[in-house]
Amino acid sequence: MTSTTAATTTTATTATAREDVATLAERAHRVRERVLEMGAGETGTHLGGSLSAADLLTVLYGSVLRVDPDRPDWPDRDRFVLSKGHAGAALYAVLAEYGFIPSEECADYAKAGSRLAAHPLRRVEGVEFPTGSLGHGLSLAAGAALAARRLGRPSRAFALLGDGELQEGSVWEAVMGAAHHKLDNLVAVVDRNGWQISGTTEECLSLEPLADRWRSFGWAVREVDGHDLPALLAVFDGLPDPEGRPTVVLARTVKGRGVPMLEDRKKSHFVKLTPKLHVRALAGLRNRRERQQ
Amino acid sequence: MTELTIAQEAPAAPEPSWEERYAGPSREICRRTLAELARRDPRIMCVDSDVGGLETLFADLPEQYVNVGIAEANLIGMAAGMAASGLVPFAHTLSGFAAARACEQIKVDVAGNDLPVRIIATHGGLSAGHYGPTHHAVDDIGILRLLPNLTVLVPADAVEAEAALIAAADHPGPVFLRLGRSETPLVHRGPVDFRIGRALTLADGDDVTLIATGPHPVLMARRAAETLAAEGIGARVLNMHTIKPLDEEAVLRAAAETGGIVTVEDHLVTGGLGGAVCEVVAARGGCPVRRIGVPDRFSDRVGGELDLLRHAGVTPERIAAEARLLTGAAV
Repeated sequence: MTSTTAATTTTATTATAREDVATLAERAHRVRERVLEMGAGETGTHLGGSLSAADLLTVLYGSVLRVDPDRPDWPDRDRFVLSKGHAGAALYAVLAEYGFIPSEECADYAKAGSRLAAHPLRRVEGVEFPTGSLGHGLSLAAGAALAARRLGRPSRAFALLGDGELQEGSVWEAVMGAAHHKLDNLVAVVDRNGWQISGTTEECLSLEPLADRWRSFGWAVREVDGHDLPALLAVFDGLPDPEGRPTVVLARTVKGRGVPMLEDRKKSHFVKLTPKLHVRALAGLRNRRERQQ
Repeated sequence: MTELTIAQEAPAAPEPSWEERYAGPSREICRRTLAELARRDPRIMCVDSDVGGLETLFADLPEQYVNVGIAEANLIGMAAGMAASGLVPFAHTLSGFAAARACEQIKVDVAGNDLPVRIIATHGGLSAGHYGPTHHAVDDIGILRLLPNLTVLVPADAVEAEAALIAAADHPGPVFLRLGRSETPLVHRGPVDFRIGRALTLADGDDVTLIATGPHPVLMARRAAETLAAEGIGARVLNMHTIKPLDEEAVLRAAAETGGIVTVEDHLVTGGLGGAVCEVVAARGGCPVRRIGVPDRFSDRVGGELDLLRHAGVTPERIAAEARLLTGAAV
């Protein structure tokens, strides 16, 4: 166990610089700005779930994942699967922020002939698996985690799931399987923003007591405020679970986070921002940021 | 040292006959072959979904065996995740559960990413017999041949099944290998030149062509050809062990050189081999086609595989009758 930890730490320093909270906050702000731009494009986007996941994705790419934009196929990289594929806009913004794709490319989001589908395609650098149909990502990540163990590689596998997505039965097949096979290099991150298309998760198909459910399936459960950057860093610093279990990070988030007119609202699920609303949303985002600084 | 001495003194085991070597269900041959391949190639993973027996066969290869339990979606999803990281997973389940239940994982995760996952699917067609329609897979070929990238193999006996498994292991893309449940008579009495996408000609003839896929349909087509031969009708018999990519050249040759085609399968008459052959013939060169297969309706008949096939109208007599109609011979 000790030697594994030592080896992975060494790899981390070569692959990803660990960014401090101030840098992460600045990047997360730019990510949100880019997401709003995509939401103001011709198609609109899944704004609410992209904004709720923005901090999680930024922390993962900035300080947790051992990935390298110059070597997207590096065999020892960590695997990241955006299981809630509808947050593709947030993923593109983060991939642009960290140099996987040119930041100008975000302007092509969902346009005819572009690579940036609303749900991600594999031909975008940094996208390991195309996603969009919910309930696939945790199995894919579990397979990658098992392969890393079998091949003796230090890679870990991360899947970011929506909370509504947890209503898919296939998620729980993967939850059972990963715990049974003691995949301690597998991490599920749940964007617990509490909403899905038709209302709150608890109104639609209740998920609580969510932590108890994961725990009873044999997972190490870490609950955290999904917008508290230092707290998120601390949670990911605690990996892997000392008891050899896969870890789920239940990240309490706010749908539409950062843009007051969208926050914690059902209607933020999919939004096409008119030019006027785009200006208003950006102003709201910047005001919030200034108040936090 | 002692063991060595004993081994040297033991009389040499007699070479098994061809029939002994290929005795037993095709799925058993495939498992043994897979275990042999796995010993030579550490990238091979046997991924089990509680199908039974694999755990024993892989007992001495624990690192290359993983059981995900009765969870087909996770079976296919995890296999895709493994394949993307450089392993060569062979995912085992029943054909109906793979094709229908885990269809989306096969579509999005496996075929969509062109990943080298091999799906070993047993109980194809009506081979689950008396188990009833939940365990029958008469729509699996139709569902899966729609998926780009996916190679769909239906070996006709244990000899072909072994060859197909070896071919699948070396294939760069995803493969679906459809096997039956019980032992079926051997089609081949010697080594077979099995190539993915190349139909095997089991009998030559210029009057009519019988194209069959799956163990009983192939045997029945050959028997029908023998009956027709006695009547002076030359029936070509093609064993179409690869549904996708279909051997279009062989189909078009049959259309051009013989008076018509009869397709035979243990699958719905819609969407399977008959459908695939009709697509090629209608688009690229006409000849009459008669399709023999399971009728387009749900059936709750209870019976064994051969009984169910007979009930569905898949018999050598029917094949011969359809062939006679195509040649204009008196029925």
